Amino acid sequence: MPSARGEHDNPAPPRPSTGWAWLLAAWAVALVSTFAALFIGEVMGMAPCQLCWYQRILMFPLVVILGMAAFGNDRRGAIYAMPLVLGGVVVAAYHSALIAGWVPQWWIPCGSGPSCSDQRLVILGDIQIPWLSLLAFAVIVALLLVYLRKTRS
Amino acid sequence: MNTKKLAVGGILMLVIAAFVAGMSFYRKQTQTAQDQTVRTEQTRLVRIHSPVLGPQSAPVTIVEFFDPACETCRAFYPIVKNLMAKYPQDVRLVIRYAPFHQGSDQVVKLLEAAKRQGKYQQVLEAVLQAQPTWADHGRPNPDLTFEIAKAAGLDIERAREDMARPEMQALLAQDVEDLTALQVKQTPTFFVNGRSLPSFGPDQLAALLAEEVAKARR
Repeated sequence: MPSARGEHDNPAPPRPSTGWAWLLAAWAVALVSTFAALFIGEVMGMAPCQLCWYQRILMFPLVVILGMAAFGNDRRGAIYAMPLVLGGVVVAAYHSALIAGWVPQWWIPCGSGPSCSDQRLVILGDIQIPWLSLLAFAVIVALLLVYLRKTRS
Repeated sequence: MNTKKLAVGGILMLVIAAFVAGMSFYRKQTQTAQDQTVRTEQTRLVRIHSPVLGPQSAPVTIVEFFDPACETCRAFYPIVKNLMAKYPQDVRLVIRYAPFHQGSDQVVKLLEAAKRQGKYQQVLEAVLQAQPTWADHGRPNPDLTFEIAKAAGLDIERAREDMARPEMQALLAQDVEDLTALQVKQTPTFFVNGRSLPSFGPDQLAALLAEEVAKARR
């Protein structure tokens, strides 16, 4: 696609006319997850364990990346977010497997701070926080895949 | 501004507003729950062994859950002292121990040994004064407090003997049991005649104290 400035590559961001709602939904999931994590950590005072920190590291930037992408209707944001989201799925899946007892305990990469396989990672009765994290990352992957497919040129 | 930008901004505002509302709701709820616990567990606030500063029979009692290694407890010591000086007849301070830091239990025993020698306040003030030297978070060195207490006039040989007594351990265990039951999680935690602070801070403590003193004087 030749641009107005006559360059060979395309400097203008791709702004698809459809599918934006999927991108917005992915961002909204990341936003709610981030604030929920902050609520559990800062307001309820549950100290994040090491694996929780890695999931936070992968989740928090999504609010910015997907937020900017949704704000400017920029398809590239969904692609740039992908490595973070996929990393998040891996860490959250490992963490969920750990609390389910599917992974041997001695594998836990825990230093100081609360133990990662500890039962204190439970809110609202007995919902495990790592499950929620896995769910959030998986939903974001699904939404972004639908978005990318719908907006493929 | 197109609708896409408005939608992103609107959702952001909504989630932030929900966070703030949830925060104030959660805090209010935990405080109500704690106040209720404190009401049903009144007897846990003050124990016979608890050190008391100020007039023994004062109508207003500040209970402070205190850790000698806690920086904020150190910062609050002069604040509480000033408040007590403001109401010399009406307020007493009961100190309960919350040895949350590593090595704090040993310093608590030293303070209790100082109480047996009638040098509680001197040693307490000296230990707090020198807190940065012995309560470093990376490398706490509670043994330094022996020197500090000695300089404050404590008979260290006698204090060491007293610290080894089983009742010292029992006293510490009682305080830890009480703070767990009262859901005390941070130091310092203050209760003024059994009421907790609406939010943590010196001004809130002063206001609550003024309220209780006014009530007692009526």
